[in-house]
Amino acid sequence: MSIEKETVEYVAHLARIELMPDELEKLSRQLDVIIDFIDTLKKVDVASIAPTSHILPIQNVTREDEPTGSLPIEKVLVNAPLRQNGFFMVPKVIEDNP
Amino acid sequence: MDICRLTASELIEKLRHNELSPKDIVESLRKRIRALEPQVRAYVRLDNAPLISKLLETVFTPDPNKPLKGIPVAVKDNICTEGHATECCSKILEGFRPPYDATVIRKLKEAGALILTKKTNMDEFAFGSSTENSCFGASRNPWDLACVPGGSSGGSAAAVAADEAFLALGSDTGGSIRQPASFCGVVGLKPTYGRVSRYGLIAFASSLDQIGPLTKDVKDAAILLNAIAGYDSLDSTSVNIKVPDYTEFLATDIKGIRIGIPKEYFVEGMDQEVKEATDEAIAELRRRGAVCKEVSLPHTQYAIPVYYIIATAEASSNLARFDAVQYGLRAAGEAHVQNMISLYKKTRGAGFGEEAKRRIILGTFGLSHGYYEAYYLRALKVRTLIKRDFDRAFAEFDCIVTPTTPTPSFRIGEKAEDPLSMYLSDIYTISVNLAGIPAISIPCGFTSKKLPVGLQILAKPFDEEMLFKVAYAYEQNTPWHLEKPKL
Repeated sequence: MSIEKETVEYVAHLARIELMPDELEKLSRQLDVIIDFIDTLKKVDVASIAPTSHILPIQNVTREDEPTGSLPIEKVLVNAPLRQNGFFMVPKVIEDNP
Repeated sequence: MDICRLTASELIEKLRHNELSPKDIVESLRKRIRALEPQVRAYVRLDNAPLISKLLETVFTPDPNKPLKGIPVAVKDNICTEGHATECCSKILEGFRPPYDATVIRKLKEAGALILTKKTNMDEFAFGSSTENSCFGASRNPWDLACVPGGSSGGSAAAVAADEAFLALGSDTGGSIRQPASFCGVVGLKPTYGRVSRYGLIAFASSLDQIGPLTKDVKDAAILLNAIAGYDSLDSTSVNIKVPDYTEFLATDIKGIRIGIPKEYFVEGMDQEVKEATDEAIAELRRRGAVCKEVSLPHTQYAIPVYYIIATAEASSNLARFDAVQYGLRAAGEAHVQNMISLYKKTRGAGFGEEAKRRIILGTFGLSHGYYEAYYLRALKVRTLIKRDFDRAFAEFDCIVTPTTPTPSFRIGEKAEDPLSMYLSDIYTISVNLAGIPAISIPCGFTSKKLPVGLQILAKPFDEEMLFKVAYAYEQNTPWHLEKPKL
């Protein structure tokens, strides 16, 4: 086993994805095969190799710190499943004090 | 005259001579789509709404600043079109109507193109190689309706192959333009990373994604790339290098061009008919005067494992935005959802399809505490080695030629239950994205069952000119691009 079911369950929680028990079973089996395959990378000697996160020779792209146009609020909210008074609506985030 | 069979460059000529009007073009396209879609299913959410949302000219008036005036363009379902549904063929984005246009769409509109309101089918979030992962179901390969069109831009490729589109946009993260182009017998080009703005492309893996053309021939690909390439301040990875007129490189002389043939690509697992077609294509390039020699890309075998760590890691981060708050699906019944975490988990559990869940979880795994160094960081280092392979090869060669895929199209359902075998089908296309270089797939023959085979040409960063030169020379001396599927 290169990955345990408990690990898959934990990682799914980190990824904020609810899995049904049969999904978890199937996914664990498939990920085991995939990670086993990915483990071929362990054969490569990378001791003195620098990582490449992207291939362009450009870094820290910034623009002038000047106000520019942006979408109006009604357009920003147009796709929100729930909205009120110009805001996105979410469940209560801060718990009540007991 | 069957208008739908024409290429975009032929349409442009006929418009200029007033032999056609934009209204004629859209009307025949509408009829063609209506007649063929029950079989091909290249488009999603088709209904009776107009294909083009603006008034169409019945008499064409030319405009020198609008080279694509009156030409319809089909768009993959992950590229934002203002006011028209863009859902990445995912349930989690159901009903999403972007409040803005992607930069490529803005540029196409400025060039006079007519953007189709209905989008082309794709694997959910571009996760796949067959369109079978679309929440709308798979598209069909116009050459054999029991086979997949490839993916993830399978809808765009099938539409172009079936003459249901003249020009189409796709996106390519590990082969998603080139592989379907190869399976459907059309031209597909992945530009250099940084050549085309991704602003408004719903992100999959940000260090790999590029938007590019799927077209009937090489000249049309040059015309479409002309319109979409260029610097954009809204994409910080967009590079400010002048865009040439790519149509100027459609020469037929490739004498002396040095072509590398990577020996690691001609190994076991390659279909015999694909090998024969590729060998014959290389022989044709030799006859045209190119100098073809073997080259080694020694880290090729690691491209797929590297890709499936990096691409899924980036995807897990990019897809965190689907949070039930800003857009898309929200798990039903606020009453059942007590807090944010359960809102996220229920929405994402219900909204993402199987492959999306698999990739997000794999990507999260590779980035998680205790595994980051063994997986993600190691993959970034091997990526350096893969890129160096290409740097070395291009010190000696002008371009590299390979098959686009190891096999022709496969049957719908054949690989659906075996994700690893699906991943392995991307073996020849994936390295290109890891190295950020441009590549094109062009038709180079058919199997005995009349399934198309694609030839892939790879060049140095920002040397799309070389791709056009070699691809056009080959195309103009072979008959493959003129063949049409029987539908």
